[in-house]
Amino acid sequence: MTLTVTDLGVARGGIPVLEGLSFALEPGKALILRGPNGIGKTTLLRTVAGLQPPLKGRVDGAEDQIAYAAHSDGLKPTLTVAENLVFWASVFGRNGIEQALDGFDLQSLRDRQAGALSAGQKRRLGLSRMLVTGRPIWIMDEPTVSLDVNSVAMFADAVRAHLGQGGSALIATHIDLGLEAEVLDVGPYKAKPPEIDDFDGGFL
Amino acid sequence: MIALLLRDLKLAFRAGGGFGLGLAFFLIVTVMVPFSVGPQSELLSRIAPGVLWLGALLACLLSLDRLLALDWEDGSLDLLATAPLPLESTVTIKALAHWITTGLPLVLAAPVLGVLLNLPVLGFQWLVVSLLLGTPALSVIGTFGAALTVGLKRGGLLMSLLVMPLYVPTLIFGSEVARRGAEGMAVQTPLLLLAGISAASIALLPFASAAVLRVNLR
Repeated sequence: MTLTVTDLGVARGGIPVLEGLSFALEPGKALILRGPNGIGKTTLLRTVAGLQPPLKGRVDGAEDQIAYAAHSDGLKPTLTVAENLVFWASVFGRNGIEQALDGFDLQSLRDRQAGALSAGQKRRLGLSRMLVTGRPIWIMDEPTVSLDVNSVAMFADAVRAHLGQGGSALIATHIDLGLEAEVLDVGPYKAKPPEIDDFDGGFL
Repeated sequence: MIALLLRDLKLAFRAGGGFGLGLAFFLIVTVMVPFSVGPQSELLSRIAPGVLWLGALLACLLSLDRLLALDWEDGSLDLLATAPLPLESTVTIKALAHWITTGLPLVLAAPVLGVLLNLPVLGFQWLVVSLLLGTPALSVIGTFGAALTVGLKRGGLLMSLLVMPLYVPTLIFGSEVARRGAEGMAVQTPLLLLAGISAASIALLPFASAAVLRVNLR
């Protein structure tokens, strides 16, 4: 399933932040988004994930194909690691969390409450959720925050394995993951301030 | 869907889940009322249906601000919105979980607390029936209020103000059933209206809740 973004414009809080963005993400490929803070990477990812409507342009091939990982991991502190994963697996209509636990070295933590994990361990659990969704397109927003070097390598391996199985990934990150991926700098697509063509345009 | 329901129930019963909150509040209200109005058993038995209904309603209201806010804070709501589950069913399940953890215990506790207020013997069955019919509406309407205010920090006040007027019809007909039942009068009319309110809220409000949730998630 190819994810195609055509002439996309996105807005945050009613203010256009990016415009004229087009790319295609084919199975087996990864696309890394780069750009300074505040440029609109998160807004772009939320739009592609369908959480907010695009200002203009279109996103094709995303519906029911994507798994989205945001800044926060969506973990419940009073559930154990395994319970958190089992819940997300069954929401996505799947079972079997062993592969995800192995992939992010969480086997030894499986019966610990998520609230008792360190920041990096929580992140690993949040990322392992992607493995239980079974969705082909991963959309990830700064996935490596608070991960150590080993965990980043673990994450890169997981993405590589996912790409090897014909999946694809759209990742906003500031660090080099060591993936063979295209890099898209969203800086040049920054939206221009709206032109005021009428004297009372500010009131409209 | 069942996974979401089970998760919400599990969360409610674990530490800090707030399972007992509504029940404890209900208990406090009904225990305190005789102290504040004085030990006149005649007066108490006259106001008992209304006090019990009001207590149940406020107990319900108290637990609403956790309903969606916790999922919003830890990011689960964003992830649920991108999951295969339609948002309409997500909010329905959330309302059901709220009813099981808040409404149902209130229904079961009400007859016991009715004794404290000297509720007439005839009133017990109608009190339970009216609460059983009315509390689902309270949960569904409350979910709508929670969805409206989900992005707001400390949105509890605004939510109470928004939800209160929507609760009024349920309260009027619910306590009317209990009052008429206690006085041995016919209860059919308010009972049917109460059932109608519940049925309409359950049928329509999940769509409204999902729509406002979509707007709030942007």
